[in-house]
Amino acid sequence: MTLRLMLAFASALFGVAAQAGEVTVAVAANFTAPMQKIALAFEQDTGHKAQLAFGATGKFYAQIKNGAPFAVLLAADDETPARLEKEGLAVAGARFTYATGRLALWSKSPNLVDEKGEVLRSNSFNKIAIADPKLAPYGMAAMEVIYKLGVQANVVPKLVQGESIGQTYQFVSTENAQLGFVALSQISIGGRITQGSAWIVPQNMHAPLKQDAVLLNAGKDNAAAQALLKYLQGDTAKAIITRYGYAL
Amino acid sequence: MHLSAEDFQAIALTLQLASVTTVLLLLLATPVAWWLAHTHSAWRAPVASFVALPLVLPPTVLGFYLLVALGPNGPIGQFTQWAGWGTLAFSFWGLVLGSVVYSLPFAVQPLVNAFEAMGPRPMEVAATLRASKWDAFFTVAVPLAKPGFVMAAMLSFAHTVGEFGVVLMIGGNIPDKTRVVSTQIYGHVEAMAYSQAYGLAGVMLVFSFVVLLGLSWFNRRSTGHSNTRHQKAGT
Repeated sequence: MTLRLMLAFASALFGVAAQAGEVTVAVAANFTAPMQKIALAFEQDTGHKAQLAFGATGKFYAQIKNGAPFAVLLAADDETPARLEKEGLAVAGARFTYATGRLALWSKSPNLVDEKGEVLRSNSFNKIAIADPKLAPYGMAAMEVIYKLGVQANVVPKLVQGESIGQTYQFVSTENAQLGFVALSQISIGGRITQGSAWIVPQNMHAPLKQDAVLLNAGKDNAAAQALLKYLQGDTAKAIITRYGYAL
Repeated sequence: MHLSAEDFQAIALTLQLASVTTVLLLLLATPVAWWLAHTHSAWRAPVASFVALPLVLPPTVLGFYLLVALGPNGPIGQFTQWAGWGTLAFSFWGLVLGSVVYSLPFAVQPLVNAFEAMGPRPMEVAATLRASKWDAFFTVAVPLAKPGFVMAAMLSFAHTVGEFGVVLMIGGNIPDKTRVVSTQIYGHVEAMAYSQAYGLAGVMLVFSFVVLLGLSWFNRRSTGHSNTRHQKAGT
């Protein structure tokens, strides 16, 4: 470890890393916190620098289609990367799932949400937030869970929609909605819920929230871009990803 | 151009929101503008700056503050719960409140200008003719400041129609309650339904252009009028 650090230092100091490059990455907003950690480790371990831009996957799609210079996209779904590949905007065959999202029903009140989501059958809330199912995979998954539990009659009239999972989190954390379906990565660290009460939805209750990475045309000949994609599948990155509440 | 039933719903809701907001804004902005135009108080500058804040604050910041304030633990939320209205986020009246705040400077500024341009003379003359203050205000000041009122109304209306960031933050995207044209367009774009987005965005573009055209036409006409009036008064 120290040796590795020293090497990293040396390469930084003497510019030994002739091959050290830079990669511009578009990152799904829900992956912000883990990606910042991964980028730091990546820089230390490889000497390459990752420039991160965070945002909504749909917006990145529009920007990439219109010539944005991103080399890598870490999407919030698996459809957008597939679509980019099909449209010839991404390098074929470089797609993979870097993380699988976990859905959680969360409230800031310590006792509102039980361990089975039974609260959804009750009248102890009048607003429940989900991400817009048309825009965000987490919203679609939440709708699946609601229908699977058969609680739509009680829940759908009380739904409010965030444009992204980030905004959905805001609605619940400001308590304008008493509870909501958010990403486990937003409310937990190291396997512990940081505040309030939550039900971690079993993964078999909705289609997997696969988040895929793809190498874009702008990164085709970029060594740093390829190194980053490889690094994301390595042990260091995987440890960070699971610590932030994602499955692999 | 294909507009769906939901698009029309959003258009109707937007027009309703803009109308209610404009009426409320004129009622609220008139006394504020009158005071700003006439006071010599040391509070004038701070109040004027406060009223102008929505001009420079990013709508998402405004929206986020509103979301926190409207929440059950926020000052507005505490008041509305005490009054028995529940909390206002994700409701039509929550959007009205947000829009009033957001468009306030667009209603106040034209009125201040109009009241200032009027000068103290007309009100003094009215007073010598024994008109009461209220009487003078409605029969002298309001007609004289009419161009200001029209401009304030048009700008408030148009600005509310174009509002996006605040609605996005406090709306919750509920069809027929809080889903307005701008958030509907955003939804289309994000969902990559570009052709639907084009249709609705086209409507918005034409509307905005017509309003601005109307404003500049009206401006020209009313300044033309007051010029001739001044000339007449001069001769």
